Amino acid sequence: MHTLTTLAASLPSGMYTDSFSPASETVRAGVLLVAPLLVGLPLLSAAVLLLAGRRSDKWGHWLGVLASAASFVVAAIVFVAMLQRSAESRVIDVSLGTWIDAGAFQLDAGMRLDPLSMTFVLLVTFVGTLIHVYAVAYMDHDVDRRRFFAYLNLFVAAMLILVLADSYLLLFVGWEGVGLASYLLIGFWNYNTEYAVAAKKAFVANRIGDLGLIIALGIMFATFGAVDFGTVLSGADGSASEGTLTAIGLMLLLAACGKSAQFPLQSWLGDAMAGPTPVSALIHAATMVTAGVYLIVRSAPLFDAAPTAQLVVVIVGAITLLFGAIVGCAKDDIKKALAASTMSQIGYMILAAGLGPVGYAFAIFHLITHGFFKAGMFLGAGSVMHGMDDQVNMRRFGGLARYMTITWLTFMAGWLAIIGIPPFSGFFSKDKIIEAAFVPVDGAPWRAWVFGSITMLAAGITAFYMSRLFFMTFEGERRWSTKRDGSAQHPHESPKLMTWPMIVLAVGSVGLGFFLNSGGRFVEWLEPVLGHSEHHEPVLPIWVLTVLTLALVLLGVVIAWRRYAVSQVPVVPPVGTALTRAARVDLYQDSVNDIALVEPGQALTRSLVYADRTVIDGTVTGVGLSTVLLGGWVRRLQTGFVRSYAASMLLGLVVLIVVVLLVQS
Amino acid sequence: MTEFVAPTVDWAALSPVVIVLLAAVVGVLVEAFVPARARRTVQLTLAVAALAGAVIAVAALWSGVEETGGTVVLGGSLLVDGPTLVLQATIALLALVSLLIIADRTETGEDAFAPNAAAVPGSDYEELARRKGVQQTEIYPLVLFATGGMLIFPATGDLLTLFVALEVLSLPLYLLTGMARRRRLLSQEASMKYFLLGAFSSALLLFGIALVYGYSGSLRFSEISEATQVPGGLDSLLLVGSVLILSGLLFKVGAVPFHTWTPDVYQGAPTPITGFMAACTKAAAFGALLRIVYTMLPGLAWDLGVLLWTVAILTMVVGTVAALVQTDMKRVLGYSSIAHAGFILTGIIALNEAGIVAVLFYLLVYGAATVGAFGIVWLVRERAGGADSPILGEATHLSQWAGLGRTNPLLALTFGLFLLSFAGIPLTAGFAGKFSVFSAAVEGGAWPLALIGVLASSVAVFFYVRIIVLMFFTEPAGAQDEGAAPSSLAPSAEGFALGGDSTVAVEAEPVVQARSTVSTTVVGTEGFAVVAIAVCALVTIVLGVFPSPVLDLIASVATFLA
Repeated sequence: MHTLTTLAASLPSGMYTDSFSPASETVRAGVLLVAPLLVGLPLLSAAVLLLAGRRSDKWGHWLGVLASAASFVVAAIVFVAMLQRSAESRVIDVSLGTWIDAGAFQLDAGMRLDPLSMTFVLLVTFVGTLIHVYAVAYMDHDVDRRRFFAYLNLFVAAMLILVLADSYLLLFVGWEGVGLASYLLIGFWNYNTEYAVAAKKAFVANRIGDLGLIIALGIMFATFGAVDFGTVLSGADGSASEGTLTAIGLMLLLAACGKSAQFPLQSWLGDAMAGPTPVSALIHAATMVTAGVYLIVRSAPLFDAAPTAQLVVVIVGAITLLFGAIVGCAKDDIKKALAASTMSQIGYMILAAGLGPVGYAFAIFHLITHGFFKAGMFLGAGSVMHGMDDQVNMRRFGGLARYMTITWLTFMAGWLAIIGIPPFSGFFSKDKIIEAAFVPVDGAPWRAWVFGSITMLAAGITAFYMSRLFFMTFEGERRWSTKRDGSAQHPHESPKLMTWPMIVLAVGSVGLGFFLNSGGRFVEWLEPVLGHSEHHEPVLPIWVLTVLTLALVLLGVVIAWRRYAVSQVPVVPPVGTALTRAARVDLYQDSVNDIALVEPGQALTRSLVYADRTVIDGTVTGVGLSTVLLGGWVRRLQTGFVRSYAASMLLGLVVLIVVVLLVQS
Repeated sequence: MTEFVAPTVDWAALSPVVIVLLAAVVGVLVEAFVPARARRTVQLTLAVAALAGAVIAVAALWSGVEETGGTVVLGGSLLVDGPTLVLQATIALLALVSLLIIADRTETGEDAFAPNAAAVPGSDYEELARRKGVQQTEIYPLVLFATGGMLIFPATGDLLTLFVALEVLSLPLYLLTGMARRRRLLSQEASMKYFLLGAFSSALLLFGIALVYGYSGSLRFSEISEATQVPGGLDSLLLVGSVLILSGLLFKVGAVPFHTWTPDVYQGAPTPITGFMAACTKAAAFGALLRIVYTMLPGLAWDLGVLLWTVAILTMVVGTVAALVQTDMKRVLGYSSIAHAGFILTGIIALNEAGIVAVLFYLLVYGAATVGAFGIVWLVRERAGGADSPILGEATHLSQWAGLGRTNPLLALTFGLFLLSFAGIPLTAGFAGKFSVFSAAVEGGAWPLALIGVLASSVAVFFYVRIIVLMFFTEPAGAQDEGAAPSSLAPSAEGFALGGDSTVAVEAEPVVQARSTVSTTVVGTEGFAVVAIAVCALVTIVLGVFPSPVLDLIASVATFLA
């Protein structure tokens, strides 16, 4: 992969072509020459860290941070260069040379630099760098910190390949790369069997999704004869039947479900919290899990031409949205509650992406703000765990606000952002999605009401469970474990290396939404990719929607305040209602999977193993045995006596002559 | 006025053969006139120069042949065309590499040959010769004579020259087979068997030649071919004659049912000679077979097809199956060479140009792996007891190879490479070779043969991989022998009790081996063998990864001169 980078660096600037402007514009692409470094730097660093081994233990983590930061600097340079171009010429294809040349199938490897990919690149490198810094302190005591940073860098590189790819196949490379990095990092502490199992679960669930992407690739190649974005997306209007496009769309959705933990492939995300907290923040909150949203938005022309697939996308998003929110209400593990919330928030994004042109930009908008506030909250959770001896049970927290002021304040910024209190970031992005969901669809008036209500209801539930989380952790009475329970806890604020990234992310949680929303800045920025979308009036006036939503949010907060801040929170979880009990075990998702997939699968495997042993091995052994018997027979013929050798030759000759003469006559 | 016209002989076209045979004659003179001290150096230099010269001569002839398609030399007795040159280059190169192994000596100055082949095994005279460090440098001219015969063999244009070439290449080999330094009785027995059976097959060949001459009135391939086109009343004369000629050639390549000598001779001959014989004789004999089938007997393709099919199937199956139950390394390789003869036959049966290319290529890659593999077998020795005890003969029993991968990883890896090439695993030259012969066979309509070939190859993988497993994943036999009672059977003696299918009863050094425990070691040498093995390994890898340049090169000249 690195050779690819150096190759690209050595190519003349002529390889940069604008999709929208004549060749003369390519001259201005000069500064974009550095773009391949985006992927190259973290990849190189990962290779160095993995190959240098223990020798790099002392400085390895700083190399990791440096690589990520350098990648961000490169991203910033490219971003500025892109801003200087006119809006129409902001889609730039960077060719890295021929990748595959196999008869009818030809594919160039290349990067597509456009506002959509740059948005992701900036998010990944910026948040990634902050989390790298955070992890330097968080992983301080881990003997394998270097390896951890190698994997983090590998992840950053793979994620950048994913978003910068100019074809579905190269995207798939990144897609698998982030899957691998995710697997390695979830199972980072794999001496703990449970964590290793969690990693495996994530991997398997992701494989199912990957299968969708592979099938989609196959259909694309069969239909369009190519898998690059240019051909496929331009072929979407006209040259393919709606049925084909729907099939591609559904397969892409399956892929998105696997990677973004959407229903019905969501079960792995909660277990994935087994990984170190910076991993949860970077991969399982801010970036990788949003790859599914990216995939759908990137494939917008395909989905626009396949309304059925779009409807399924919206339904999946809506189900996951509620599913995650309900599960989030019952979880006592702070990281798992956050994971449920991630799932739910990505449900928002998927739903928005399924709404078509009215929703694409807002899906990405919410993705960006969510990347900031959710990463911030995960880092906050990590900071709490750091101060509380790796305790994750919120029933053992309480009243931490006084002891961890910075964590408390930054977490509060994230909390207010996610529940959508103006003017925090989440308000702008989530409100837009709710508005878009209420926009009427021609021929299906029920859709606006159903999906609109779900998004609004979910906003209320979100407010409840996030407030529950916040109050149980920072407010109310202390319920820390004491000497009697094992070890006494002495909460303390985390070191500066950890708090500063949290502060930066909190700033984003507070102001980013307002900044990007003012004047429609963000939507306009994405227009070269997603096209201009006319403003549509929702079924209710916008101010009504906003007020209703805020009312529901406040209601949720108040209920949470009364139950978890004011009143006593039991250390031992109460039995609870049937719904609570169901939500605690992820609404029986694992049991359903076990019954529907795991057990039949195991039965099938067992029978296959049995068939393999008896039928196939039996045949093989039988053939082997009879061959050896035959060999023994041949061996007896080899007596060692010249006379018998000569006789056998003569006999053979006579037989051959007879055969030849018989055939001839 | 008529002037005397001297018969024109195109000496240039003959140069590869002439150089080698001339050097062989000079080698005989060297034996007579050069003092004993300097003989080995002079002989080795002469032989290497001759073989290298032959390669250069082939290269010099190449472009001319590529343009004209070939020359008829000596009034049609020899045909210097593309396949001839490819085979001559292959034979000369493989002989050169083999020669390095033949010439090599261990640290203690022992080569692979008896100090005095005329001495009775075990006699005082032999012991005296051994102690005085006598060495038989006649080996070099003998190898050169054999090589000279091999260079002529695939180039012959008539049956008489074919027979002469066969004898020129065979007689030195009979002699060389009987000259092993260790296990001399086994070696002499092998030599005797080889000679008797070889004489028998020569007689069959000669009889066949007589019958075919009786039918066609000519010894020239081209004229015989013309005669077969014309319907005559003596078809059975022609057919029986052809079968006899083919059987003489099939004997040389070791095809079933004319293979019986192969394992015994391969086992008994001095190992470097086995490598030389296996690689070069096979190349020469298959070359001749290819020419006869393609230029002399194409009219009989249908009638003789059944013979070739039967022989090819039997050869693949018997070679593979018998190799499974061997316990002696040299016999395993012997049977494996029989199986490979079967694979090559499928390429001949293809009867198309792809078949010619595939066979020629296969002979090169098989030869390289064979010379290398036998070179390694020569290096793996028995040692009586501890580290300082004397080095004995080759450790050929399979059990003695256990754990070699731990003690000598590089050597074992290289041997593994050759085995994988024999097995036809991708990225080794053997795969490219097998792929080309089987695809040629399929193209020529002989897909059932290709199918059997693939099946036989997959069975053969078993015993090749078994050796690899033995080398890398099994405890060394020495570890088990340590502390064993002195009376316990040493592995090599045990090898003879159980091993192989030979009835050879006498062992030259049974006393030494039974006295104490025997360990396996890799002997240090002057280094020639290591160079040769490295070259073979390199060829095996390079032709495995990039076979197409060589295949293209061969394809550019793969047409027989009519």
